[in-house]
Amino acid sequence: MTATPGVEVAPVPMTAKRRGAQLFMLAFAIVIVMGAYASVGLGINGQIPAGMLTYGLGLGGLMLAAYLVLARFAPWADPLLLPLVTLVNGIGLVMIYRIEQTGQGGASATNQLMWTALGVVMFSATLIVLKDHRALQRLTYTLGFVGLGLLVLPLVPFIGKEINGARIWIGIGGFSIQPSEFAKLALVVFFAGYLVAKRDVLALAGRRLLFIDLPRARDLGPVLITWGFSLAVLILQKDLGSSLLLFGTFIVMLYVATQRTSWVLIGVLLFLGGAILAGQIFDHVAARFEVFLNPESPELYDRELGGSYQLMQGLFALGSGGILGTGLGEGHPKEIPLSFSDFIFAATGEELGLTGLMALLMVYALIVERGLRTAIAARDPFSKLLAGGLSFILAWQVFIIVGGVTNLIPLTGLVTPFMSAGGSALLANWILIALLVRMSDAARRPPPQAIQDEGLTQVFQR
Amino acid sequence: MNGTLKRAAIACLVMFGLLMANVNYLGAVKADDYRNDSRNKRAFFARYSVDRGWITADDGKTTLAKTVDTKSEFRFEREYPDGKMYAHVLGFFAPESSRGIEAAAGKYLDGSHPDLLVRRAIDFISNEPPKGASVDLTLVSRAQKVAYDQLRASGKRGAIVAMNPKTGAVQVMVSLPTYDPNTLALPNKGKVADAYNKLDADEQHPLLNRATERTYPPGSTFKVVTAAEFLEDDPSRGPETMVAAPQVLDLPQTTVGLPNYGGAACGGGQVTLRYALERSCNTPFAKFGMELGWDKMREQAAKFGMGEPVPFTLPVAKSDIGPEEELAALAQLSIGQRNNQMTPLQMLLVAAGIANGGTVMKPYLINKVVGPDGGVLDEASPDELSEAVSADVADKLKQMMVSVVQAGTATSAQIPGVSVAGKTGTAEAGDAPAPHAWFIGFAPADDPEVAVCVFIESGSAGNEATGGHTAAPIAREVLQAVLQSK
Repeated sequence: MTATPGVEVAPVPMTAKRRGAQLFMLAFAIVIVMGAYASVGLGINGQIPAGMLTYGLGLGGLMLAAYLVLARFAPWADPLLLPLVTLVNGIGLVMIYRIEQTGQGGASATNQLMWTALGVVMFSATLIVLKDHRALQRLTYTLGFVGLGLLVLPLVPFIGKEINGARIWIGIGGFSIQPSEFAKLALVVFFAGYLVAKRDVLALAGRRLLFIDLPRARDLGPVLITWGFSLAVLILQKDLGSSLLLFGTFIVMLYVATQRTSWVLIGVLLFLGGAILAGQIFDHVAARFEVFLNPESPELYDRELGGSYQLMQGLFALGSGGILGTGLGEGHPKEIPLSFSDFIFAATGEELGLTGLMALLMVYALIVERGLRTAIAARDPFSKLLAGGLSFILAWQVFIIVGGVTNLIPLTGLVTPFMSAGGSALLANWILIALLVRMSDAARRPPPQAIQDEGLTQVFQR
Repeated sequence: MNGTLKRAAIACLVMFGLLMANVNYLGAVKADDYRNDSRNKRAFFARYSVDRGWITADDGKTTLAKTVDTKSEFRFEREYPDGKMYAHVLGFFAPESSRGIEAAAGKYLDGSHPDLLVRRAIDFISNEPPKGASVDLTLVSRAQKVAYDQLRASGKRGAIVAMNPKTGAVQVMVSLPTYDPNTLALPNKGKVADAYNKLDADEQHPLLNRATERTYPPGSTFKVVTAAEFLEDDPSRGPETMVAAPQVLDLPQTTVGLPNYGGAACGGGQVTLRYALERSCNTPFAKFGMELGWDKMREQAAKFGMGEPVPFTLPVAKSDIGPEEELAALAQLSIGQRNNQMTPLQMLLVAAGIANGGTVMKPYLINKVVGPDGGVLDEASPDELSEAVSADVADKLKQMMVSVVQAGTATSAQIPGVSVAGKTGTAEAGDAPAPHAWFIGFAPADDPEVAVCVFIESGSAGNEATGGHTAAPIAREVLQAVLQSK
C-alpha cells in the first residue's frame, strides 16, 4: 500500500507486540479478583467462599480465551486494554457477588458472570469478524438508522418496559435488554462516519462574533437534530443519563472533527437551554437538581419520590468507608437502594475506601488514555474520530454516573461501565473495547517495510 | 485532528481529576459528618457487631446478661434472663444508649477498654468479631431473688440493698416497680423508643433505681446517726446514760411541739439511751440535735458519707441533712424529717459502718472483670470510704441496735440463732397520708457478714405502714438468705 495523497502518514516507530507483558498483567488482574473473592468470604463469615474457584477460574478461562483471540487476530493491539477491563469487570463481579450475599434483590453474580462470558464472546466475535474497522465507515448511515431505531425501541408498545420510572428496556423472552447501550455504539460509529464526510463543510466559518467564528446557520442542522433526539430521549423515556451521554459525545466529536470551539459553545448553550426547559416542564428533572443542591435536607431525604434518600445512603456508605474502607464483606451495601447497579460505585467505596475508588478511577482513566492514544496514533480520520469518540463516551459515562453518585453533578441514572449488574451494558462495552483493540492493532502495526530497496517495483511485507 | 484529540484528552483528564478530588473530599473531609449522621445506620450496626461480654453473679455461676449470635444483620443481641429482677443494676444496652452496669462497665463489655487493646488488634487481624470482657458482679443471686420476691409479693414499691460491711461488696440491690430490660435491648430504634417512652411516662417511675437515684426522708433510722454524734461528743456516755424523754418537746420559736410517734409517752420521761432507741422515742433525739448544733450534726453526717454523692459503680444521688435553719428544723432533721433526705444506699452505709467497727467501706458492684481469653483484667479491692465513728462508739451503737431487735420496735427482724442488730424508721412523706417504712440493720451482730437497708415507699403498703411491721420482716428474710448462701 502506498501513501495516499492527502492523508498524512507520520513515520511510526517499530512497536513491540508485548504479548508476554499482556498475559502477565491479565494473570495479575485475575489474581487480584480472586483475592477479592476470598476477602469477601472472609469478611462475611470467615471462610473462603466455595465459589471462589468457579468464579475465579471461570473468569480466568474467559480472559485466556479473549487473550488467545486477541493474540491471533489483533496481535499488535494495545497490551493494556484487556487486562484493565478484566480488572474492572472482575471487581464488579466481586461486588455483585458480595451484594448478593446481603440478600438484596436483583443482584446475581452468576448472571453477571454469564453476561461477562457473552461479553467476551462478543469481544472475540468482533475481533474475528471485523478484520478492518474501516469497513464500518461504509455502514455509516445504516448504523445511524440502527442506532435511532434501538433508541426508540423501548417506546414501542408491548416490547418496551418501564422499570424504576425509566422506559429504556425491552423484554425479549425472559430477558430485559437496554437497547440504548447498543444504540450508543452504533451512534458513535455513525457520528464518526458522518463527521468525517462533512467535517470540511461544518468547519466553514460563518459570521464572526467576538472572538469566535460561528458556523454557518444552515450547518446547524445536525446539531439541532441530535439535540432534538436527546431531548426526546429525556422526555419520552425519562432517561436523563443517556440523553446527556449522547449529546455530550456528539458535541465533543464535532469539535474534534471540525476543530471549531464555536461548536462546543453552541453545544453547551443548547444543553443549558434544554436542561432549563426540562427543569421547567418536568418535576423529576427539577427534583434532581434540587437534590443536588441540598441532599442533606431532611425534607428531601424523606420525600418519597425524587428525594435524596438513595443519594444520601450512597454518601453515607462512602463516608463510612473513609480512607481505607471497611474491607470487602464488612460494609452495609444493602442500605443503598440499587447498590448493584447505579450505585455500585458507592457500595465499592464503602468496602474499599477512597483508596480503592482512586485505584478504580485510575484504571478507568488508563483505559480511556489507551483509547485516546490509539486515536492519536491512528492513521486515517475515521479511525481517529471513532477511537476518540469511543474513548470519550467511556470517560463521559464514568464522569456522569460517578459524578452523580458522589454528588459532583446532579444524579442521572447510568450504568457504571463494566461494574454495574446488567447484560446489555456489559455486551455493548465489551464490543466497544473490541473496537478499540481492533483500531489499536491497526495503529500500532508497523507500516509496511520495503524488502527491496531498488527498482521501481516495490514489494511489501505486512 | 491530533490537536483537538489532545484537547479532548485533557478534558477527560480534567473529568477524572474532578472525580478523584471529589472522592477524596468525601472520603477524607466529609467522612466524619456522614459517619455520624443519625440517618446513617452503620453506627447502629456497629453497636451490634461486638460480641459483648457477659454479666454474671455468684463468681460467674449465674448469668445475668448474655450475648446471642443471631448471624443476622444485627449480629449480637443482648438478653437478660432474669431481666426484671436485675433491671436497675444491669441497666440495658439500647440502640442509642445504655444504662446501669451496661454503661458503667461499657468499655470492658464492648472491648474498647485500653486493657483489651492487644486482644482487639488480634481480633482485627484475624477478622474475628471484636469480643468484650465479662463482668462478674458481687450480687448474691439467691438473696437477690428473696429480696425481689419479698418486695414484689405484696405489690410494694421501694428498694432493698445489702452489702458485706467488711468489704463494701453489694450483695443485693432491688428496686420496685421494675421493668423488663429486654424490651429496651432490641436492635430496633423505633420499638425501643416506644418502650422507653412508655416506661418514662409511667407515674410509678419504674426506670428509677430507688436504691441509689432518689432520696427520701430516713425517719427514725437517722436516730442512729444522731445517737452516734451524741456518744462521740462525750465518751462517758453509753447505752445506759439517762436522757430526758418528754411526751412532747417544745420547739423554740414555734407554737407547736414535737411529739413522739403516735403522741405516746416514752417511759417515765427519764429513760436510758438504749430504751429511747428501742422505743424510737422522738423527743430525746430531737433534743440531742438541738443541743449538739447543726455543725456537729453535719460533721457526723459527713463522716457517714452524706453531703456528697456516695462513690459507687452506678450513679448515686446526693444524700444530705439539709441546710442550716432555725432550731426547730434542727430538731426535726435529727429524727430524720424536714429536709433530711437520704438514699437507701446511704442508710445502708450507716448500718454497715457501725457493723464494721466504725469504718465505712466503699460500696462496689463489680467483683472482677474477665477477659475473653479467661484472664482476670481487674479485681475488686475493698477500700475505706470513711471513719464514721470510733470503734468504741460503734460497739455501743451495736449493742443498742441489738436491743432494738430483741426488745424494741424491730422484733420481727429476729432470726433464730443469729443475733440481729437493726433500727426501724417510719417517715412522714411530705403531705402524703402514708409514711415511708425503713429498716437498717446487720447480722450476725458479733461478726457481721451482711448489712441491709429496706425501704418501702409511701403509699405502697397502706397508711398504717411502719418500719417495724412492714420493713423489718422483709429485712429478716434478706439477711437470712445472704447468711445461708455463704
